[in-house]
This record gives sequence, C-alpha cells and structure tokens, in this order.
Amino acid sequence: MLRIDSLRIGSLPPISLELADGSCLAVEGPSGSGKSRLLRALADLDPAEGYVFLDGAERREMPAPVWRKLVRYAAAEPAWWTDTASPVFSAEPPARARAEKILSDLGLDAAVLDAPLAQLSTGERQRLALVRALADQPRVLLLDEPTGALDPVSAALAEELIRYQVLAGRSVVLVSHDAAQVARLADVRLQLARPEPRLPPATAPGTTASAAGSSAARNGGDK
Amino acid sequence: MKYVSLDALDLALAALLILVNAGVSLAFRLGLERTLLIVSLRMVAQLALIGLVLKWIFAQTSPVWTLALAAVMIAMAGYEVMSRQERRIAGFGSWGLGTSTLLFIGLIGTAFAIGAVIRPEPLLAPRYVLPILGMVLGNAMTGVSLALDTLTQTAHRERASIEARLALGAPRFEALSEVTRRALKTGMMPIINAMAASGIVSLPGMMTGQILAGVDPVDATKYQILIMFLLAGTTALGVVLAVMGGVLLITDERHRLRLDRLAPGRAAGR
Repeated sequence: MLRIDSLRIGSLPPISLELADGSCLAVEGPSGSGKSRLLRALADLDPAEGYVFLDGAERREMPAPVWRKLVRYAAAEPAWWTDTASPVFSAEPPARARAEKILSDLGLDAAVLDAPLAQLSTGERQRLALVRALADQPRVLLLDEPTGALDPVSAALAEELIRYQVLAGRSVVLVSHDAAQVARLADVRLQLARPEPRLPPATAPGTTASAAGSSAARNGGDK
Repeated sequence: MKYVSLDALDLALAALLILVNAGVSLAFRLGLERTLLIVSLRMVAQLALIGLVLKWIFAQTSPVWTLALAAVMIAMAGYEVMSRQERRIAGFGSWGLGTSTLLFIGLIGTAFAIGAVIRPEPLLAPRYVLPILGMVLGNAMTGVSLALDTLTQTAHRERASIEARLALGAPRFEALSEVTRRALKTGMMPIINAMAASGIVSLPGMMTGQILAGVDPVDATKYQILIMFLLAGTTALGVVLAVMGGVLLITDERHRLRLDRLAPGRAAGR
C-alpha cells in the first residue's frame, strides 16, 4: 500500500491519501497545477516535505535508488541516453524477456529494441518508455501522460496493459488529459487546482481522500 | 650563464606591437581599444610586481614567504576556475571545489617534482618551488575549468536523460556516467594536445626561456620532459577530483539531480 502523509508540493496544500495495492489513482488539474511535480516528488526526484510510505516503510528509510526501483516514475516525454533501447534491458536476461513480452502486448515487434531510437516515431519511443518502466516489475507506477503521443489503437493497447498492471496488484498513479481514459482506469481521483487549490468534496482534502482511497482499493481488489 | 638583459627602451619598442591590435580593433570597429589599453597596463604592472616580489622572496632565507606566495597563487587559480564557468555551482561550492582541487594537486605535484626528482638544495628553494607550482596550477586550472564547465553544461542539457536513469533506479554516479566521461575527456584534451605538439609545432615556454638564459638545449629538453609528465599527471588528477566533486555538488544524498544549485547561465544573468 502507498500512503502519502502531508506531502508538500510547492505552494499546494499538503496532500495526504492512501492507495491500496491493485488500484489506480488519477491526478487531475489544469496545466501547471503540480501533477507532474507530485509524481516527481513521489519518486523522490524532487525534494519535498512530508512522508511517503510503501508497505509501512518511509522513502527515507531506504536508499533513493532502491525506492525508485519500487516506485517508478515514467516522464511524459521519455528521454534516452543510448542509441538503441536494448542496453537498458541487457543488465539482466529476465528483464529482456519481460520487455519482449510487454512489447508484443503493445503491438510492437521485439526488433524495435535494436533499432536506432532516433529513427523511431514518437509513439514507438513512448511505448518503449512504458516497457522500460515496467520491465523490472516495480510496485508502484507513476505514469505521466502514458498514452499522450499514441494513436487510438496503440493507446487502447497501452491502456489495457496499465489495467493489467493494476489487476496484477500494482498501484498506479495516473496523470492523463484523456477524460474517458481516466473514467475507465481510475478507482480514485485527486483534483489539483490553481491558483487557489479547491478540492471537490468527493476526493479531498486529506482524510476524505484517504477514506476514498481505501474504499476504492477494496473495490480494486475485488475486480 | 650569459644572457642579454633588456632595458626600458627595448620594452618600449616591444610595446609598439600592441598598435597592431589597436589597428585591427579600429579597422573592424571591434571597440576593443579601451580594453587593450587596460589589459596592456595590467599585464605590465602584474609582471613588474611579480618580478619584484620574486626577487625579494629569492633573497629571503625563510621558506615562509615562498609558502605565502604559493597560497596566494592557489587562491587566485581557484578564483579563475570559478570565473570561467558558464553555469557555475552557486555559492561557496564553485570556488571551494576549484581551490581545494588545485591546492591538493599543487602540493602533490610540486612535492613530487621537488622532493623526488629535482631535489634542489635547500629543498624549498623558491627558485624551483614557485615556477613549478605555477606551471602545475596554470595547466590544471585550464583542465579543471574546462571539465567543470562541460560537466555543468552537459548536465543542464541532458537533464531529461539523467533523470530518466535516476527514475529507473540508477545511483547518481551511474546516471551521470556519460556526462562525467565527456567532462573528463574535455578537461584532459589541452594537455594531451600540448604533449603531442611540443617540440614540433611549439617550443614550450619554459624550455625556450631556459635556452634564452643560456642553458644547454639538451638540459632544457630534459626539464621540459619532466614538466610535461608532471603537468599531464597533475592535470588528470585534478580533473578527476574536480569532476567527482562537481557530481556530488550538483546531486544530493537522495540521488537527485539538483540543477537548482547552478547559478543561472551568464546570458540570462546579463
């Protein structure tokens, strides 16, 4: 279970909520309201006051690299540091095998792993980034616009993959501008607003969101 | 040793050459006349001053003054490293990193050259210590400032891919490994080029000076070879220390990339 306690992102009011295994939280709000900053803070990529617990262990109790292997952030615009994607998966053979499996789920051929990244389309690179984020099986997925650059067919496959991750017991925090997708995937919602944050009664503030989170998590578990 | 001493008239004649620079500046409207005047005067004043200071220090028996001048040289070199950064690490970090790196390798390099190789009598003879320290600092300064500049600029440009690696669970040194390699390579390039070109394209300054002062060319060459290896070794050490320290300064203990610790780019600051 992912538990957020009084997490402060910039000037936003502190965020507290619980997200059980096998449930999906959608973070909503206009551009600049702090959705990506929330995901980055959860992955401990930006300094933020407050606490984030995974199964009772606070993020500071473990080295940051260990935390990020469990709580995985996938940026909206994925960046690469190699010419092809395959070196990312070559560290351990099971990761490569899982990557090829996820690729086929997303409708891509395993050959794209060895194709020059610069020659792939934006959508192909985004799907590869999703594969990269999932291949070592993190516990929590922080997905920033995971289908933003995808055509409807690819987006549907990616959405199916995300739904499968939730069913497999992972927690997903999703930022998406696709309202229909949010409606299909989200068990809980968190509304961020700007400049004066006002949270709708259903999902916030603090304790309300926690309650909503736990109940949604139970629903998620029943699915 | 015999050499021709220069008098004031000789120097005045040499100073006429600055008129070429002034002519270029005027012809192409570079607007550099004022700057040229200032730097010429600065150069003459600085060199005249250091000449007098060195003459006075050479006359002293106590090594205290040698060490004092060495400390000033190191502090100035540290300042130079900082001021050459396009996006320098904010606060005390930039000056502290450059200065402590140069202090360390200045000590090691000079101690090695003086203590193990040249072994002058007395050991801390300013005539040996100060020129060797000066050459070590000058070359390491170039390497270190280039390396740190490359580190911060590349980290700034490659922010997204560095953070992608961090997000996948890479520790900071692994996430910055490509940036580190590029910075190290850039920092070592000048001394490598200097080694390749010396004797063919250029006669190194120190060797030229010794020959002008009447030293046997073969002896001068031996000194130059010592100096070249010394400079290569100390520059490499300095570049590695500065880049590793720089990585620590632009990241934190939670393995985050902290580009907020860089002062804004110069273009933005103006």
